[in-house]
Amino acid sequence: MSTYANKKGFGATIWDYLTTVDHKKIAILYLISGGLFFVIGGLEAMFIRIQLAIPNNDFVSAGFYNEILTMHGTTMIFLAAMPLVFAVMNAVVPLQIGARDVAFPFLNSLGFWLFFFGGVFLNLSWFLGGAPDAGWTSYASLSLHSAGHGVDFYVLGLQISGFGTLMAGINFLVTIINMRAPGMTYMRMPLFTWSTFVVSALILFAFPPLTVGLVLMMFDRMFGANFFDVAAGGNTIIWEHLFWIFGHPEVYILILPAFGIFSEIFATFSRKRLFGYSSMVFATVLIGFLGFMVWAHHMFTTGLGPIANAIFAVATMAIAVPTGIKIFNWIFTMWGGSVKFTVPMLYAVAFIPTFTMGGVTGIMLASAPADYQYHDSYFVVAHFHYVIVGGVVLGLLAGINFYWPKMFGTILNEKLGQITFWTFLIGFHLTFFIQHFLGLMGMPRRVFTFMDNQGLNTGNMISTVGAFLMAFGVLVMVINIIITSVKNEKVGNDPWGDGRTLEWAIPSPPPFYNFKQLPLVRGLDAYWVEKMEGKKEMTPAEPLGDIHMPNSSFLPVTIAFGLFVAAFGALYHMDDKSWTLPIIILGLLITFGSMLIRSIKDDHGYHIHKEDLMDDTDKGGKA
Amino acid sequence: MANEQSNSANPNVDLKYRRKKNAEEMKQQVITFVMMIFFTVISFVAVAMEDFSHWFIKPVILLLAVIQVIFQLYYFMHMKHKGHGTIALFLFSGLAVGLITVLTFLTIVWL
Repeated sequence: MSTYANKKGFGATIWDYLTTVDHKKIAILYLISGGLFFVIGGLEAMFIRIQLAIPNNDFVSAGFYNEILTMHGTTMIFLAAMPLVFAVMNAVVPLQIGARDVAFPFLNSLGFWLFFFGGVFLNLSWFLGGAPDAGWTSYASLSLHSAGHGVDFYVLGLQISGFGTLMAGINFLVTIINMRAPGMTYMRMPLFTWSTFVVSALILFAFPPLTVGLVLMMFDRMFGANFFDVAAGGNTIIWEHLFWIFGHPEVYILILPAFGIFSEIFATFSRKRLFGYSSMVFATVLIGFLGFMVWAHHMFTTGLGPIANAIFAVATMAIAVPTGIKIFNWIFTMWGGSVKFTVPMLYAVAFIPTFTMGGVTGIMLASAPADYQYHDSYFVVAHFHYVIVGGVVLGLLAGINFYWPKMFGTILNEKLGQITFWTFLIGFHLTFFIQHFLGLMGMPRRVFTFMDNQGLNTGNMISTVGAFLMAFGVLVMVINIIITSVKNEKVGNDPWGDGRTLEWAIPSPPPFYNFKQLPLVRGLDAYWVEKMEGKKEMTPAEPLGDIHMPNSSFLPVTIAFGLFVAAFGALYHMDDKSWTLPIIILGLLITFGSMLIRSIKDDHGYHIHKEDLMDDTDKGGKA
Repeated sequence: MANEQSNSANPNVDLKYRRKKNAEEMKQQVITFVMMIFFTVISFVAVAMEDFSHWFIKPVILLLAVIQVIFQLYYFMHMKHKGHGTIALFLFSGLAVGLITVLTFLTIVWL
């Protein structure tokens, strides 16, 4: 214990983070790398908007525009939104269910490093002959004919980071099923934990189709197979189905955690129990379930036939029902509550109309006949940015503001937070609202330029101005984070003053073992229940005892790094270079060697002894 | 509480009841095992006989295979025991997702 109190040097801190298996530190790793990729994806978005600011612009070339556009989508979905979601999940879920860590701490670390090396691999394509340029959906008919190695970077990079995501999903499933504190029944779980649970199930079922699709694409591109090549008897539509069987659940994988974060925020700052808790749980599960039945609405114009289109259109519209349940429950949570407009609450309140607008255009797009008009126009771009930025990104910004004290022990500045909020929100609506009309006026998606005198000039200029406002908001947020970290003013257990769930009952940031004694959960919003009975802390469910902790390990980094090395060999293998095979073998040796070490080396972890856990406050003889 | 351990691994608790239970389980496993072998024999014989049409043999073999999988899961992999609800939920959800995919491929992708 005493070793942990020592001040550590910079190198030791780096080593600590490289080897950590602690969910709280992995959350910070996800936050930093997700934030970094978010900035990269944001820069790509700025380039897109600068290019489209005026007609016939030549800021970037057509080919380079395709690369920027592809990498913007791919980076934002896979390398920014996903890890930021995982950052919040890792930081919060074990605390919310009263657990000391996730079920498989080693696997948690491995999941992060696989994601990280996959993401780095994908982004290295910029420096190694060009990024992927077939769109984030990478439709086979296009990507098979993409010259250079861009699409190969896409395939291998996503494959590696996909392994990591799948592991993280399974880890959270096992954690939530097995490691809830005494008294924490399923129907007492906070809604963020519920959404994590449903999302993990979606990951479990949605990522294998992506893996299959990527493997087929890899064989087609690198080893001369013909799964998608129509000329050789393949079927290009198979990729589209596999991609969207994954891709549609994927967007729910992103939005459901945001719903969970907002549910926590609404209840906390309305200082009221979440309205209709059980219907919220039901709606979350139903959205997850329906999420697997609607993928073909992305493919209405591929010629599935009227019957298939009708079935998928109706199934898609059905999703409006559980989502509507949620929207009304959030409104009713605020109704009659004593609402406090903190920064997270501002995001939450702004989210409702913004997301509803995205939902309404979703219903418009779900009508298959009308979709023939909207398809591949800026209307679609406006729609998915309204749900993804207006839902997921607002949710993540709210969650980062809300949980920042729990993760770092400091609280972000409210004034700067409000500036970020207003500039980001106004910038967002400026950027994307007008794009609905650009789309309806006939501006197609994924074009690198448009002509003058088509009535598109003003709209595109407004859109670009909005994008700069959003960038300004993010910049203020970064400044806010730096100022807060430098000041380093520590806050107490419950800095918002109205914490309802278990994470607010322990110090910020929590000690590395989270709970000295596992808490006894006596109802929904466990900490609130205790507060209402005049108590200051949770009732322990067990006597103070030794705590079993996992050892840190460097192996997750080497396992992931081995795959990263092997991916380079696989990528250049088709160029008939002699060094590729040794590189593949070397990389796989690193990976499997590390796995072998992990398997044969006994690592039972260590115990924190009871005596080390007792401090002055415990000596009075509490439980 | 989900992670509560029952003390049923302790061999001194309810020895008589546990013996009876084990015997019962053994009996069920032997019966299902014999039936599974019998189903396999039927499948081989059905193909070897050459008297039945393909349209009869194929569905029957598939049906027998499904029954064997259910036997395997419930009697040999203990899914009929208590506390396997979550496992069943995930297994059948996965099955549903997989079957919808197969159905799609059979109806709108390959035709």
